[in-house]
Amino acid sequence: MELAFVAGIVIGGVLAGVVFRNPEPVAIAASTRASLGALGIHDFTGLVPRELFTWRALTTPSGLFAIVGGGFLVGFGTAYAGGCTSGHGISGVANLEVPSFIALAAFFAGGLLGTFFLVPLALR
Amino acid sequence: MIDLRNSDRRREAPDGGAINLATEDRPTSRPSGELFGTEPSQGAHAPGLWVYLLVGVAFGFVLTKSEVISWFRIQEMFRFQGFHMYGVFATALPTATIGVQLLKRRWRRTLGGDAIVIPRKQLGKGVRYAVGGTIFGLGWALTGACPGPLFALLGSGVGVIVVAIVSAMLGTWTYGLLRGSLPH
Repeated sequence: MELAFVAGIVIGGVLAGVVFRNPEPVAIAASTRASLGALGIHDFTGLVPRELFTWRALTTPSGLFAIVGGGFLVGFGTAYAGGCTSGHGISGVANLEVPSFIALAAFFAGGLLGTFFLVPLALR
Repeated sequence: MIDLRNSDRRREAPDGGAINLATEDRPTSRPSGELFGTEPSQGAHAPGLWVYLLVGVAFGFVLTKSEVISWFRIQEMFRFQGFHMYGVFATALPTATIGVQLLKRRWRRTLGGDAIVIPRKQLGKGVRYAVGGTIFGLGWALTGACPGPLFALLGSGVGVIVVAIVSAMLGTWTYGLLRGSLPH
């Protein structure tokens, strides 16, 4: 069942990201472009920066750190916290669960640390 | 979604004892799925796999089209430079709140006929939520994706994300190994 659900997410990604693809770049704020440009991100054409998320990037320290390191932290953290953005952040908070409020605050704190310390570190 | 959580609980049961939470309130006149014990949804009245697939397709489509799977959007959010992500959360939350209330008060059965029970999360010392949550957040900023979006990204053509998915599974597995010695 979970596998069917996950397979569905992949298919949904194919439909929205390939079949009915938005050809425009993600319309992020100019200030974000500037901040990321200063860190060495210049390709804004896809959903993710090519500097980090291609097979070629995987062979660089930056890509390896973001893809393998980031993936590991996501998996470990989700299991440890007992939920992710949708499980705690949306479903849990919607059900007014105290643990989910703590988790959501921690997600954000970790995200800020990651954005201002790990991402610059990865792109050095 | 709720049904998935239920089945997660049931699987956890042997070590966590959570099965009581998930099964106590079930109606006595249960469909024959009961015969299958821990996997009632495999029973005669269980919805087909295509239902799960279809919900997944809808979820993946919305994740992708709303751009919440975009590394750029995540960066914009954590840098407080745009409203987009906050807007998505601000609409998802009321929708989920209404949804949860409807599931509790009105549509209290799954398609398979099981009672929908959302087990309360155990607070404990709260360490797991604070520490685990922070670790997750670090990874969220780096990959720009949480577990669901990883699969949506794969579908939308970012092939290398499969490495992040494998790495995330290794992370989950590592947690499984260390579980006993970690504070919760």
